[in-house]
Formats: sequence, structure tokens, C-alpha cells
Amino acid sequence: MGFKAKQLCKLALGPVLLFMSVSAMAAGGEASSINMTPGVTELGREVYDLHMIILWICVAIGVAVFGVMFYSIIFHRKSRGVIPATFHESTTVEIAWTVVPFFILIAMAVPATTTLLTLYDTDNSELDILITGYQWKWKYEYLNEEGENVSFFSNLRTPQAEIYNDEAKGEYYLLEVDEPLVLPVDTKVRFLVTANDVIHSWWVPALAVKRDAIPGFINETWARPTEQGIYRGQCSELCGKSHGFMPIVVNVVSKEEYGEWIAAKQSEATEVKQLTSQDFTLDELMVRGESVYDTSCLACHGANGEGGVGNAIAGSAVATGDINAHLEIGINGVPGTSMQAFGGQLSDVDMAAVITYQRNAFGNNMGDSLQPVDVYNYKER
Amino acid sequence: MGDHHHGPAKGLSRWLFTTNHKDIGTMYLWFSFSMFLLGGFFAMIIRAELFQPGMQLIEPAFFNQMTTLHGLIMVFGAIMPSFVGLANWLIPLMIGAPDMALPRMNNWSFWILPPAFLLLASTLFMEGGAPAAGWTFYAPLSTTYAGPSVTYFIFCIHVLGLSSIMGSINIIATVMNMRAPGMTYMKMPLFVWTWLITAFLLVAVMPVLAGAVTMMLMDVHFGTSFFSAAGGGDPVLFQHIFWFFGHPEVYIIILPAFGVVSQIIPAFSRKPLFGYDSMVYATASIAFLSFIVWAHHMYTVGMPVAGELFFMYATMLIAVPTGVKVFNWISTMWRGALSFETPMLFSIGFIILFTIGGFTGLMLSIAPADFQYHDSYFVVAHFHYVMVAGAVFSMTAAIYFWLPKWCGRMYNETMGKTHFWISFIGFNLAFFPQHFVGLAGMPRRIPDYALQFADFNMMSSIGAFIYGASQILFLYNVIATIVAGDPVSDEKVWDGAEGLEWTLPTPVPYHTFETPPLVK
Repeated sequence: MGFKAKQLCKLALGPVLLFMSVSAMAAGGEASSINMTPGVTELGREVYDLHMIILWICVAIGVAVFGVMFYSIIFHRKSRGVIPATFHESTTVEIAWTVVPFFILIAMAVPATTTLLTLYDTDNSELDILITGYQWKWKYEYLNEEGENVSFFSNLRTPQAEIYNDEAKGEYYLLEVDEPLVLPVDTKVRFLVTANDVIHSWWVPALAVKRDAIPGFINETWARPTEQGIYRGQCSELCGKSHGFMPIVVNVVSKEEYGEWIAAKQSEATEVKQLTSQDFTLDELMVRGESVYDTSCLACHGANGEGGVGNAIAGSAVATGDINAHLEIGINGVPGTSMQAFGGQLSDVDMAAVITYQRNAFGNNMGDSLQPVDVYNYKER
Repeated sequence: MGDHHHGPAKGLSRWLFTTNHKDIGTMYLWFSFSMFLLGGFFAMIIRAELFQPGMQLIEPAFFNQMTTLHGLIMVFGAIMPSFVGLANWLIPLMIGAPDMALPRMNNWSFWILPPAFLLLASTLFMEGGAPAAGWTFYAPLSTTYAGPSVTYFIFCIHVLGLSSIMGSINIIATVMNMRAPGMTYMKMPLFVWTWLITAFLLVAVMPVLAGAVTMMLMDVHFGTSFFSAAGGGDPVLFQHIFWFFGHPEVYIIILPAFGVVSQIIPAFSRKPLFGYDSMVYATASIAFLSFIVWAHHMYTVGMPVAGELFFMYATMLIAVPTGVKVFNWISTMWRGALSFETPMLFSIGFIILFTIGGFTGLMLSIAPADFQYHDSYFVVAHFHYVMVAGAVFSMTAAIYFWLPKWCGRMYNETMGKTHFWISFIGFNLAFFPQHFVGLAGMPRRIPDYALQFADFNMMSSIGAFIYGASQILFLYNVIATIVAGDPVSDEKVWDGAEGLEWTLPTPVPYHTFETPPLVK
């Protein structure tokens, strides 16, 4: 009997020890691989504490309930020659285990309510950022005065070769982007979240932010990161084929660094505008076009223009036909298919480059090209 | 008189035209088991792809079709019809009725199911592939952005909604009108009670689902914009309608499972069920609450804070009646004379694992924390604890418990126990680590993942393969029992079993209770 009781204790202790080690690891503030991260915001730590409190209450109830059950399993066996009791109701007991849990729930509801109210308090933000989900990338627009005109797309940077196991996977496999969102530290940032096509969801665990990005609606949420660093997240609402391939990277930097970065982004935006009026050689367009193709077209049209979800580019009627018809598809997409309208996503320079590239790569040899100004004129037409 | 006591017809027509509740129950059970294997096969494909990071076996688009079909087939094709099959077999036997109240409709409710699922499975071979928007098929991914197969999927949902509604009406009519003299409501076995309440839930919410898919059909083909913001519609409206169906739906799945466990635990504890009355009230309370908690599936859509608070409080309340049930089961075992045959093992497994699923459910109800859990693998772990270890374990327990009674042959106990332990270990290995990866930030429904999730995913896949393989053992055991199991002739089969079905001869004759028994 003693032996079995000891075994029982061990059984009950196992999960308790596991959870203790979990909480000990996470309390160090580092991202854990088995528990929620407290993250780098005050709200995140509140959420984490709430999560741990509820978890511990559940563990305690679990130990008690399963303890009673295992006691019964071990000691109330038919094989021990037990004569079964015949009791089968007790109003007192029923009332007790209805009322006691009710009070435990109230004890849980109080901190949950406070935290939820904090989570909803988007007032007094110092920086506003519009986040738009696209199939399958994020667009960030800085809405305050000092960030005027600063907007960019953030695409997955992991190469297809890593995804399809032709190359070794990097440290941040699937959690790396070409251009991260940059935020100043110790600043209350309000995120306005929406989507262009289907529903997405913007989730960065370290910022304790998850908000659905819904076409036609603008949701609000906020974060105030208190530590500099790079924080990674992913889209968390199924949004189609490449749902698993639209990560989020947030780079939290000092306020000075942020000031420099935003100024540089602004002058870059001005430059791109100027580039529109510039002329490019075919070679220049081809080089630029290749990199645009890799980030914006390759996922559907294939690394060698062989097609996939999208039609083939190599030898296609579009890429070897009328150049304006080709541009039309690039700008406005093909309604009712997964070919999106890229007119609002690519700059005129990039659009000109990628169309030129598609007509002169993968064995296509049209020899013609577009200049940024052609794209501009086509749009203004 | 003798002429009326005929046996079943011979050949295929017996099954096609049968109005016998036992035949129809059998067909439901075999059909649901074949769907369970199909949905399980899809799960194996999913877990094989997730065995390692990187895309190895299938393409992301096909992965989405697999998760979608796995969910739809398991929920609508495996779990729901299996409990309808059990209801067909057991409700008339438990209340002392000769058959279901509406036998011809009963035949039809079953026979429209196989074509509906054939249609759904056939979409895999269509251009553009099967539906790929998840079993929750949120608009506009499932409307504007869906392939042509969505139309066939909508038709399939309509047909199986029809089947469910007819099945439920039949159960309600049977329970209300065909109870044997003396069988008052508060004397009905708990399985009958839970099914009666489930049937009301089904009648209430299946039309809502039908409404949702009809609106989708209109959006896809007739130019309406119910769910398209561009036309003045609202994508979130879809989620409200879907979950107004979807939350009661999860109780539709779990309540009959509660009923099964409430029959089996007393039998192997050799002691009456503790707190029968409170079990009935708890079931009714859960059913009522299921209608006012749907938006806890949507905490992150941007509801007003007052709405969030309402749904959070209402959801937390569900813990109370659910807790009452668990406490009652354990009190039933307390100071009983327990023995651990396979049905009891699966029922105890049910209580432990369902309770863990209940705990994570309580955690998920806490809105601010749910912002982190939502749409992560933590949710996947949670609902597999309640759906698989809850519904499927109890269903397995039910088969082991009643199969000897139905066919007069005993299953192989050693094989049954082996099945339990392999299932139990495989299941936990598959789904417990998913709590960890979910908390650590892995979203659900992704075909490939970051490297820090690799170890737990491999574990999870191995567990899933073990659990999957254990079902083959189950299939073998069931067939071997029916064909060549040791004959049983005791009316009771299990010494602790109580209820009208155990007063009948073993195996149960084709026609039973033609003269109603008198219940004291």
C-alpha cells in the first residue's frame, strides 16, 4: 500500500515540477520555448502574470481533483474485496461545489477585467501606425507628421531554397523580413490594423499585441515597448496559401536612432519620387526587376517563371504580348483570381523594372522595356 | 402473431430500405468510423508534413485543404454521426420503446449522409482543389477568394444539416412520446437526457449554419455582399453567425459523451451515479450557456470592451456546471468497487483528459490572456483534448461497453486494454506538446514553422502516428468480436450495468420491447 501511495505522490508531483520549471524560466524575462513570454511591455507582463495565476489555480484544482480520483482508483478496487457504498446524492455537497467554484471565478474575473480595460485603452498615443494585411505581406504607414510619406511593405526574406530544403535553414527561418517595422523605445504606439483582401491577424507575442486585420474595418490596439531589441511574430489568422509565410519583425530602437531612421526613410521616399522622372538602361531595369520579382512575384509564378499558383511567365502570351496589356495586369491584377493589383504596392520604378524583367528573363526575349514615367503616365491616363 | 416476428430482410435491400433503429444505428456507426479513418488519414498527412521544418511532402495550398477537410470530416462526418448512431441503437432500448418514433425519416436522415460526404471528398479532385479556408471557413477567404469547390461544399453542408435536423426531431419525438409506462423524465438514463438536450441544440443551431452558408452562396453567385466590406457588408458578421452555430455545436458533440460516461462509470464502480438530478440540471445549464458565449471565439476581432466583458463572464460561468459533472463522476467512483475493463479505462481517460481540456478552456475564457492564446497551437491542443480525448474516447468506451450486448460476443479484453494504453500515450504525446509551442508563439494552420518549434512538432507527429495506428487495432478488435468473439449470453454482460437495455436477451433481438416494459 505504501509503495502505491508513494507512486501516486510522484505522479502528482511530476506536472507540478514541470510547471514550476516553466514559470522559473519565463520569469527570467527571456522568450521561453514552452511558455508565454512576458514580453517587453508593461501590459505584456500583466497578461503573463494573469496567465500564470490562472494556470496555477487550474494546477491546484487539478491536483486536488485527480488526487481524490487516484485515491479512489487505488484503494476502492473490487480486487481488494471492497463492498461498494450505496450513497448517491447530497444536496449540501452539490451546493458547495457549485458555490465555491463560483467564488474562485470571481477572484479570476477581477484582475482579468482590469487588464482587459488597460488593453483597450488606446488613448494618448505618441505615434500612430497603420498596418495593412495583404496576401501575403504587411504594409506599414507612419501617420504622424514626422513620418509623413513613410510607408513600406514588409515581405518574407527567407529564400525558397531554404523552405524547400535545398539550402540549410538560417537562425531566423521564416521569421525574417526584408524591411522590419521600426519603433522608438518607451513610446506609446497606437496600431491601426486593417486588411486589403482577406482577414489577417497581426501578432507579436513580445509586444502582447494581437489584432485581426479585417478588410473594411480599422481595429485599434497599442504597445509601449520598454526594451530595445528585435521582436518577431507571425500572421495568426488563416489567410490562404502563404499564411505561414508572412512574418512580422519589429525593431525597437532608441528614440535618437528612430529619429535618424525616420528622416532617412523620408528622404528615401522623396528620392523614389524623383527616380520616377529618371531614365534607366535595360540592364539597370533588369537588375532592379529581378529583386522585385523575387519578393513580389516568385511565390506564385515560380523561381524560373515556370508558374505555380499563378500562370507561367516563361513564354506566356502576356509577357510576350502587348506591353501595355502586360502593365495593365501588373497594375490592376486580374479580378476573381489570386493575381493581385500591384499598382498600389510597387513604386512606379519597381513596376517598370519588374515588367521589363519579366519580358526579358526566363527565356523571354522581347528586348522592349518600360520607363518609370511610362508607368506613371499609364496610371494617370 | 408469429408472422410479425420476422427477422431482417436479406441482402442489400435490408440496409437500403431498413426502418429498424438497430440497423440504422449500425450503419451510422460504420459510416462514422470510415469517416474517422478518412479524417485521420488527412491528419496523418498534416503531421507528416509538420514532422520537420521545411516543405517536404505537400504544397502549402494542399496543406490548407487537408486541415479544412480534416476538421469538417471529423466534426460532421465522424463524431456527430457516431453519436447519432449510438442514439439510434440505445435510446429505444433505454426507454423501453419498440423503435424510433419516425422510422422512415430515420432511414432518410442516414442515407443522405454518404452522398454528401462523397461530394465533399470529390472536391479534392476538382480544379482549384478542395475548400481550403479552414473548418471555420471565414469569409471573405471562403467566398470572394475561394475556388469553385466552395459551391459543392455549401451544398454538402446543407445536406448534412438536413440530416442532423431530421435526426434530432426523431430523437425528440421518440423521447417525448415513446417512453415505457412509469419511465418519467427524471428516471431516464443520463445518456437519454443528454441526447434530448443535444437534439434541441441541433434543431436550434443547424438552421443558423444553413443561413450562413446560404449567404455565402449568395455572395459567391448572386452578387450580394453580406460578408464583403467593399459592397457594404461585414466580414465579422460571418463569424458571429458561424459561432452562434459553432459554440452550441461543440456542446452538441460533448453532451452525448457526458451521457455515455455517466452510464459507464456507475457500472464499473458498482454504485449508482452520484447526483443524478444535478447532472440533469448541469447539462441543461451548459446547453443554455452555450447560446450566450459564442463571441469568445472572436476576442481579437475588435468588439467593444463591454461586449468582451459580457462574453468573458458568461464563458467563465460554464466552468461551474462542467465542474459539477466532473465532481459527480468522481463521487460516483468514491467508495465504489472499481474494476478496470476497457470501457472503464476509456471513461477514466476521458475524465482526466477532458478535465485538462476544461482547464485550458477556462484559461482561454480570460479575454486579455486569450489575446495571446488565440489562433495559436494552444487552441489546437485545447480543442483536441475536448474533442478527441473527450468525444472520441467516450465513443470508444461506448463501443466496448455495448458491443457485447448488441452482438452477443465479447471483445478481446487484452487487445482492448492495449488499445487504450497506446491511444492514451499516443494522444498525449501528440497534443500535450502543442500547449508549449502555442504558448511560445506558433500560430495554428501553418504548413511550416520556425526552428524553435521543431522538437515539439516532431514529438507531436510521432504521437499522432501512434494514436492513428492504435485505431487499426480497434477496428481489428471490433471486427474480430463480431465475427468470432467468445459468445456471451448473460443479459447483463457487465455485473454492475443497470438499465432497461440490460434486461433484454443477449444478443439483442432484431425487434425489442414490442410490449412496453413496466418501469417501477
